[in-house]
Amino acid sequence: MTPLLQVENIAKFYGARVGCTDVSFDLFPGEVMGIVGESGSGKSTLLNCLAGHLTPDAGAVRFDTRTEGLRDTVTMNEPERRMLGRTDWAFVHQHARDGLRMNVSAGGNVGERLMAVGARHYGQIRDAATDWLGRVEIAADRIDDRPTAFSGGMQQRLQIARNLVTGPRLVFMDEPTGGLDVSVQARLLDLLRGLVREMGLSAIIVTHDLAVVRLLADRLMVMKDGHVVETGLTDQVLDDPQHAYTQLLVSSVLQV
Amino acid sequence: MIQVENLSKSFTLHNQGGTVIPVMEGAAFEVAPGECVGLTGASGAGKSTLMRMLYGNYLAASGHIRIGGVDVATAEPREILALRRGTLGYVSQFLRVVPRVSTLDVVAEPLLRTGHARDAAEARARDLLARLNIPERLWGLSPTTFSGGEQQRVNIARGFAYDYPALLLDEPTASLDIANREVVLSLIEEAKARGAAIVGIFHDEAARDRVCDRVIDAAAFTPKVSA
Amino acid sequence: MSEYNFAYLDEQTKRMIRRAILKGLAIPGYQVPFASREMPMPYGWGTGGVQVSAAVLTPDDTFKVIDQGADDTTNAVSIRRFFEKTAGVAVTEATAQASVIQTRHRIPEEVLREGQILVYQVPIPEPLRFLEPSEVETRKMHSLEEYGLMHVKLYEDISQHGAIATAYAYPVKVEGRYVMDPSPIPKFDNPKLEMAAIQLFGAGREQRIYAVPPYSKVVSLDFEDFPFEASKADHACDLCGAEDSYLDELIVDDDGGRLFMCSDTDYCQGRRKAGHLGAKGTPVGEDAA
Repeated sequence: MTPLLQVENIAKFYGARVGCTDVSFDLFPGEVMGIVGESGSGKSTLLNCLAGHLTPDAGAVRFDTRTEGLRDTVTMNEPERRMLGRTDWAFVHQHARDGLRMNVSAGGNVGERLMAVGARHYGQIRDAATDWLGRVEIAADRIDDRPTAFSGGMQQRLQIARNLVTGPRLVFMDEPTGGLDVSVQARLLDLLRGLVREMGLSAIIVTHDLAVVRLLADRLMVMKDGHVVETGLTDQVLDDPQHAYTQLLVSSVLQV
Repeated sequence: MIQVENLSKSFTLHNQGGTVIPVMEGAAFEVAPGECVGLTGASGAGKSTLMRMLYGNYLAASGHIRIGGVDVATAEPREILALRRGTLGYVSQFLRVVPRVSTLDVVAEPLLRTGHARDAAEARARDLLARLNIPERLWGLSPTTFSGGEQQRVNIARGFAYDYPALLLDEPTASLDIANREVVLSLIEEAKARGAAIVGIFHDEAARDRVCDRVIDAAAFTPKVSA
Repeated sequence: MSEYNFAYLDEQTKRMIRRAILKGLAIPGYQVPFASREMPMPYGWGTGGVQVSAAVLTPDDTFKVIDQGADDTTNAVSIRRFFEKTAGVAVTEATAQASVIQTRHRIPEEVLREGQILVYQVPIPEPLRFLEPSEVETRKMHSLEEYGLMHVKLYEDISQHGAIATAYAYPVKVEGRYVMDPSPIPKFDNPKLEMAAIQLFGAGREQRIYAVPPYSKVVSLDFEDFPFEASKADHACDLCGAEDSYLDELIVDDDGGRLFMCSDTDYCQGRRKAGHLGAKGTPVGEDAA
C-alpha cells in the first residue's frame, strides 16, 4: 500500500533555535495521527511545514497525488501546492476566524472552495452548502447569516464544513477544539470522529489535549523541544508510555 | 491462533527515579481455535498486563505475540488496528463511552466497520441487546447515562457482535445477575463452537470451570524477585 | 498657455506612465503599478484618469470629458478646462469628434471606433478587494488565476437579493485571463467593453493602470443558472425617445413626478437634433435653458 503522506527528515530552524528536526513518518489512507506536546514543542511548526504554510529547511513531504503518485510538496511549485490546498488538503485552524471569511455568509463560506475549483451553478453550490451545514449540525435557516453571528462552536463546525465540502483526502487540524467550552468540545469531537470515519479521511491533528487524541487518533507522535520522543498506537502510548516526557504528560492529566 | 513466545515486560518509571519494575518474564503459551484458556493467579500476578499486551495496549519488552499472522509485539500501529478490526476482539470491564452515539449503533459498529450491511448489523445488535436483557426503550439512547451493569452488558454485546477469530475477555461475568451471566456463558460457548480462540480472566470459578478448556497460572511468568 | 509643460506633467513622468500603459496593453486586464503624482485636484476627482490622459494626449488631439455620461457637470467641465489650459488641445462634446475621451462611470452610447482612446477614472482597481483585504494575497490570486472568490461575491448577491444585485463595477474576465474591475460603470455598459477603441484605466490614489486593447474578449462573470444581464430602467428616454440608452431617473416635483432621460447628454442631444422626440421632450431650441 502506498502511503498517502511520506514525511522524511523534516527540519525547520528559527535562527539557531530548533523549530522541529528529524521528523519522519508515513501516514496511510484512512489513518488519523495525533501530534501532542506542550507549547513550543514544535508541533505547530511541524504541521505548518507539512501543510505547506512554512518551508522546511530540510527534508521531504511526499503526497500521493491523484494523477502523478508521490510528489514532494516542498519542491512542488506554488500553484500546484495551492491547488492541493483547496482540493485534496484541508486545514482546520484553531481560531475559526483564521479559517473563515467573517464578512461572507455561511453558505458563501462553504461554497467558496467549490467555486474555487470551478463550480458555476448557483443552485448546485447552494444545495451542497445546505447539505454540509446539515452534516455539521448547523440549521439550514442560518445559511445566509454571517459567521460573526455564530457561537464559537458553530464557527468551528462551519470551518470544518467549508474544508470538507470538496472531499479532501488529508485534513490538517491545529488544536481544533482549543478555546471551546468542554461541552462544545465533546460535540465537535464526536462530529469530527463521525466525519473522519464516514469519509475515510486521513488526518493529522495537533493538540495538547490528550482526550482529543484518545478519541480521534489511531496513532500518536509525542514531541518535545522540536524532537519526536515517542510514537505508537494511541492507546498504547497513553496507557504504557515509554519515554520520560510522555509519562510526565500522561500522569499530569487531571482525573475527573 | 494465538502464540506467545518468551514474552517479557517491565515498567520503567522515569519520573520516580527511573525505577524499573519487571512484571513478566518468559511467558509462553498457545491457544488453538475453538479453545478457551483461563488466566489465573493472585491479584498482581500480571493477568491484566498480559491481556493488555495481547491486545497491543501495553508494549512488550521482548518476545513475540503472534495472533492471526501478526506479531503484536513488533507490529506497526496500523497492523494492530487492522488486527483489532477483523481478528482480535476485547471485552474489557468498562465501556469506553462515546458521547451521543446510540446503544444500537455502539453495538453494531464492529460489524459496520468490517463492511457488513447496516440492516444485518442492526439485526445482530438487536438480537444481542435483547438476549442480554437491555430494555428496548434504551436502544436509541447513548449508554453514557446507563447504570454500571447495563453498560457492562452493552459492552459485552458489542464485543460479541462481530465473530472475531480471537477474543480476549476480562471478567465478562463480573457483577452480572444469574440470568445475564448465563447468557454471557452461552455466548462464550457459541464463540468456541464457531472456532474462536479465547483467553479470559474469570474470578467466577464456576464460570471458569464451565467454559475454559484449561487454565494458565500467570504467576509462572512473574519474574522471581531475588531481593 | 504658458509656464505649464504640455498637459501639465513633466516629460519623464509621462514616459513613466506611458510605459505602464504599454505594459497594461500587453497584459490585458493586469494592474500595472505606477508612481502616481500629486495632481492639482483631490483624489476621487479623477487624478488617475487625468494622468493617463496627460500621458496619451498630443497637440493634435480632440478631447472630451464625461462624468456619468454628461459633458456639463462640474467634474467634467473642470477636467476639460484643465487640459484646455495646460495642453491647449481642442475640446468637444461630440463623441464622434473626440480622439481621447476621459470618462467617469459611463461608456458613451455611440459606438467608438478605431483610433479613439477611452480613459476611465477608477476609484478602486482591485475587484477582489472587498473580500480579500490583503494586497499580497490578491496579487497572488491574480498571478495564480485563483478567482473563486469573485464568484463568492456574486453568490452573496444572489443569496441576499435573489439575483445578482451588483449593478455597477460588475467584474469581468479579460481575454480569458485576468479578472478586472471595469470601474463603476453600470453593468448595462459591460457588453460595450468589447470595442474597437483603446480602453485605459487609471487609479490615482491606488497607483494602478490597466488596459483593454481593441477587440479584446471581455466576459462578465456569472452563474450558469443566473446568467449576466445588462439591465437598464424599463423605459424610453422622455426627452429623445431612445429605448436603447442608459437612463437617469429624475424626480421633478414634490408629487413624485419622474423623468427618465439619457445619461449620455451628447447622445440625447444628437437624437433630438435629428428630430427624435420623447414623451415629455421639446424640440431643440425651445429648451428653457
